[in-house]
Amino acid sequence: MSFVFYILATLTVVGGLAAVLLKNTVHCALALTVAFAGLAFLFLDLDAQFAGFAQILVYIGAVAILVVFAILLTKGSETPKDGVFSRTWLAGLAVAAAVFAVIGWAVIQTAPMLPKATPAPTVNVQQIGQALVGRYVLPLEIVAVLLTAAMIGAVIIAMHEKERGPQ
Amino acid sequence: MQETIPFAPQLAASPIAEILWLIPALPIVAAGLAAMLKQAKRGTSATLAIGSMSFSLLLSLIAFGHVVVGWAHGASVREVVNFTWIQAGATNVDLGWVLDPLSAVMLLMVSLVGLLIFIYSVGYMAHDENYTRFFCFLSLFAGAMLGVVISNSLLLLFMCWEIVGLTSYLLIGFWYRRPAASAAAKKAFLTTRVGDVFFLLGMVWLFSQTGTLLFYNGGSGSLEPLALAGLLSQPAALGLTAAGAIGLLIFAGAAGKSGQFPLHVWLPDAMEGPTPVSALIHAATMVAAGVYLIARVYPLMQAGALAGGSTAALTVVTWVGAFTAVFAALIAVAQNDIKRILAYSTVSQLGYMMAGLGMGGVAVGIFHLITHAFFKALLFMGAGSVIHGCHEEQDIRRMGGLKSDMPLTFATYAIGMLALCGFPLLFSGFWSKDGILEAAQHWSVARTPFYMLVFGALLTAFYMTRQVAYVFFGQWRGKKPAHESPGVMTMPLAILAFFAIALGVIGTPAWPWFRAFLDGRAAAFDLHGFAEPGLLALMLTSTVVVLLGLIVGWRIYGDRSPKPEEPDALERAVPPVWAALHNRLYVDEFYGVTVVAFYAWWARVSDWFDRRVWGGVVAGVAVLFGLWAQLNRFLDNNVVDGGFDKGCEELNVGGGLLSRVQTGRVQTYLRILALAVVALAAILIWSSRA
Amino acid sequence: MMSQSTPLTGFLMVAALLFAIGLAGALTRRNAILVLIGIELMLNAANLNLIAFWRYGPHPEALTGMMFAIFSIAVAAAEAAVGLGLVIQIHRHAHTTDLDQMNRMKG
Repeated sequence: MSFVFYILATLTVVGGLAAVLLKNTVHCALALTVAFAGLAFLFLDLDAQFAGFAQILVYIGAVAILVVFAILLTKGSETPKDGVFSRTWLAGLAVAAAVFAVIGWAVIQTAPMLPKATPAPTVNVQQIGQALVGRYVLPLEIVAVLLTAAMIGAVIIAMHEKERGPQ
Repeated sequence: MQETIPFAPQLAASPIAEILWLIPALPIVAAGLAAMLKQAKRGTSATLAIGSMSFSLLLSLIAFGHVVVGWAHGASVREVVNFTWIQAGATNVDLGWVLDPLSAVMLLMVSLVGLLIFIYSVGYMAHDENYTRFFCFLSLFAGAMLGVVISNSLLLLFMCWEIVGLTSYLLIGFWYRRPAASAAAKKAFLTTRVGDVFFLLGMVWLFSQTGTLLFYNGGSGSLEPLALAGLLSQPAALGLTAAGAIGLLIFAGAAGKSGQFPLHVWLPDAMEGPTPVSALIHAATMVAAGVYLIARVYPLMQAGALAGGSTAALTVVTWVGAFTAVFAALIAVAQNDIKRILAYSTVSQLGYMMAGLGMGGVAVGIFHLITHAFFKALLFMGAGSVIHGCHEEQDIRRMGGLKSDMPLTFATYAIGMLALCGFPLLFSGFWSKDGILEAAQHWSVARTPFYMLVFGALLTAFYMTRQVAYVFFGQWRGKKPAHESPGVMTMPLAILAFFAIALGVIGTPAWPWFRAFLDGRAAAFDLHGFAEPGLLALMLTSTVVVLLGLIVGWRIYGDRSPKPEEPDALERAVPPVWAALHNRLYVDEFYGVTVVAFYAWWARVSDWFDRRVWGGVVAGVAVLFGLWAQLNRFLDNNVVDGGFDKGCEELNVGGGLLSRVQTGRVQTYLRILALAVVALAAILIWSSRA
Repeated sequence: MMSQSTPLTGFLMVAALLFAIGLAGALTRRNAILVLIGIELMLNAANLNLIAFWRYGPHPEALTGMMFAIFSIAVAAAEAAVGLGLVIQIHRHAHTTDLDQMNRMKG
């Protein structure tokens, strides 16, 4: 495995770990951002440049900011008094461990059968554009509708309720 | 000798025989109706009783006439009406009634004497508050007694016999508030019961041997030659045949009812009842039922006897009768109650009748029964008149001189007394007693009963003279003056006195109509009847004996009036003999010490047994049940309920546990989702590996 | 173009690890926003898986994997927006984002 991969993998995993383990919620959000970045670089490593840049733009540029905004709006920066972990955190950890065990085991079992390295594909934006409006036009349109609905929905949900006027 | 006319073969029953059942039925129905009356309806009750009895007398007269007419035409009647009562598989139990000379004579006697006593009771019980109940019981008794007399089945006879016993108990204890009366009633019932047990045994044995309890049934009855031959061929214990044994068992029942020794103890105590009861039941009729029973089953008693000989059963009957005659006459000498003397006299005369049956046959015994019924009823009713006139006084030592105060009573009483003694020639008692003495003289087994009976006649004359002297002669020793009884009481006395004399006519040797009638022979008036060898000598002997008794009695007691506190003349002479006789020869005391004491002890043992053992068992069972119930309750509460409750609890707990899944928290649901996915994935991977 | 000397397994393991970490975070943290963070991590892990398989798959020129991942990113963004808006609204009502205290779904 290449050296770059190790670095990036470590970065991502550490970021992810930090994101779930830190007490300060804002720190968690920032660690999340680091994890996103690591993932973006991993995409780049996998010759999926468009995905990588999209990851940076969307995730780091929007989602992470959104998370920080939400934290700030919900006073999440304050340290909670009961601890940050649930009372039954062990059960959750166990379940996650079980999930990891299953997936990991599946991966390791099938390791010999996985395909080996192949030459890098040439993917340019024009191809992606053509695929979007060609083969994948339906999902595109649907995602557009979805985004619109989500935007409207988020606004409505997060909107302050109207003041009830006097009778 | 007179020739024998055989009994006519069984013809279809005549009309009177068909309705013969009405004779007992009418008084029983009258009793049933009277039982439903209120106590105030005295006139109705008496009318019912006397009316039904009059009808029965009328029918009895018709029946008697029918039989006499048949006899006069040279054919002796025996008409039988039988019917089946119970059918149990192949065995039948039949009942029926019979009309023959014996039953005709008994019917006439019972209904006539009964009617006269009923009329007498109207006057005697006039002041009693239970008048209605009295006539109800009297009617019931009369009906049952008539039933005994006509029944053709030993079972029907036994049933009527038991009803007679019941009414005797009810009437002896009529004044039940007096403890002496109710004790006497109980004693009577229990003593006759002892006899009845043997009677029942004999009846059952007879039924099992011959298969029928009917007396006459066209050849297949139990008293007819075929059955008797079968009984004779069956040996029983002690050298007897079945016939002899059954005869003795039936005699035991008769001995109880007729007061033979040792079952005589109830008869004197039965004088606690009202005097009409004593007259009717304990003199004329019920006690005669035993004698009648022996006469009725005479073919059975006589079965197996050689010509002129006797059987074991009849020998026992004779000896018991003769002994009783003397025994009771001795006790009567030393009694002071006017009715007790007559009671013991009755026991003695019943002994005579039994002895007459044993030695001389049916006619001899029954003739004395008939004459005795009339003059003993007369004597009892006379005594009742005396008691009524002396204001309910019964001790003869407090009476006296009544021949001038109560002349009518005295006259009739004297006639009865002379008839009882057997005063020669004029009175019926002489002829009937002579018949018995003649049979005793010619008895093939032994001569001793003859001497005993002669001695008994002497004693009879003696004690009757004593009684008459105390009551009617001398001076009045009572408190208030005596008065004669009303006509309704003295008229029956007169009628009975007439019969006491007149009945002698039909039994003289010159014209032995009665004997011929019963035996089924022709009879003609023939003075040569007196020419039988030894007969005149016997008549002379009995005359001498009677006169001796009368004279000796008069010499000791006549026209003197000893004060009540003074001892009796005989007592002064032979005190120990007097004491023994006065105490009734201690038979009652003996029974008290043995039988009654044993019974009381047995009753105590049974009570203890019942209370401790059976009671203990019952209590034990109850305790067991209690324990069982407790166990059940425990099981029910703990096992069933507990189990159920536990189950529900576990369900609850389980439900509680399961509900903890629903925490309402999102993360819980997420975890479960993830777990489910893991499980699915594992399954998929595993299955695809294969 | 970088040469790929890392086997596919490596990427897959990383993705699995990241997925498990994200899942653990979503299942154990009290704060609702941290749950959403965990969910974002899981989605990213899935994206990594997609891209890795696209790269190592037989027909990378079909762009299927890439397209999938791009659409996933879009959907994830939309979902994050809505989800965070919900959390903000809940915070307004309950004045807390503590998931342990939100059990009104309890039956």
